[in-house]
Amino acid sequence: MHEVSIMQNALEIALEHMRRQNATRIHRIHMRVGALSSVVPEALEFAFDVVTQGTPAQGATLEIERVPAVCYCPACQIEFEPDGYFYECPQCGSLNVQIRKGRELELAFLEVSQQTADDRRQMTDGE
Amino acid sequence: MKQIAGDSLSAQTIAVNEGILSKNDVFAARNRSLFASRRLLVLNVLSSPGSGKTAFIERTLTDLRSRLRGAVIVGDLATDNDAKRIARSGAQAVQITTGDMCHLEAEMVGKAAGQLNLDNLDVLIIENVGNLVCPSGYDLGENLRVVLLAATEGEDKPLKYPVMFKTADVVIVNKMDIAEAAGFDRATALDNIRRIAPQATVFEVSARTGLGMEQWYAWLEQRCAQKQPSPSPAA
Repeated sequence: MHEVSIMQNALEIALEHMRRQNATRIHRIHMRVGALSSVVPEALEFAFDVVTQGTPAQGATLEIERVPAVCYCPACQIEFEPDGYFYECPQCGSLNVQIRKGRELELAFLEVSQQTADDRRQMTDGE
Repeated sequence: MKQIAGDSLSAQTIAVNEGILSKNDVFAARNRSLFASRRLLVLNVLSSPGSGKTAFIERTLTDLRSRLRGAVIVGDLATDNDAKRIARSGAQAVQITTGDMCHLEAEMVGKAAGQLNLDNLDVLIIENVGNLVCPSGYDLGENLRVVLLAATEGEDKPLKYPVMFKTADVVIVNKMDIAEAAGFDRATALDNIRRIAPQATVFEVSARTGLGMEQWYAWLEQRCAQKQPSPSPAA
């Protein structure tokens, strides 16, 4: 399993996008994980807490959207969610189908913010 | 920790929609164009530990020595034993020691390819780390994925690792010489492979005895020939 390195890659991409927006904190990370990605969402969640320690994403919420496998049968021209190991068209039984969804392993969106001079002053005042 | 008052005001959502492995895909595309410029057929060979990847590659390159010029990039967790074994076939071999990594990545393959003389080569075989899960999401820039299973692993192996088998262009069933002794249910195994990986070409072989290897060689040579420019019509 390599969920830690996957999560590190995701965090690098997230931090890069945060900096491009001149933001300084990440509050929410939304990922899409396909059923065929060989990645276990629970292991990603565990890795997330570890890799975000001491980064601008520390304490952020990780949302994982699971994407089921979706196939397309060219003969019947229908999309279907396969049931079980064998990807057979439910109408004609053909195995000659295309996988359209389920391989996703993506960073979909982020919620970020910029810490302003006012914020910093308020923090200092409060201490 | 203190809540920052200004946070909620300045918070914004950014659409990213970027593949987590997009960096690997960039390196894979680079490898693919390098290999294409050399008209190389590149195989990514995958299996569980102990299915006989190294023996299969070793025998292929030894038997085809006078017909195909091959080189090998071997991924291994800790040792260089496999590279040494393959070097005995006379083929160039480069070892990538992955340490704790459970799969090869395209950047590592690109660096290893830089250590090989790619001139006058027909086929480059990448022996991935023995693992049927993690390597499936990593494109290395190969032309074909060759997934091995040994008859001793049982006929339900494709059902246990469907994601990997669904990406296979070729499935090799190895150790067929001892299939009967191992109680291998051949008909069920072939049916499982056909239904999980209908796109794959299947060969039943024994890398140890050579059983069934000629059919694989003929297929491989044909694929290599397709990489070469078609001969110009006679004047």
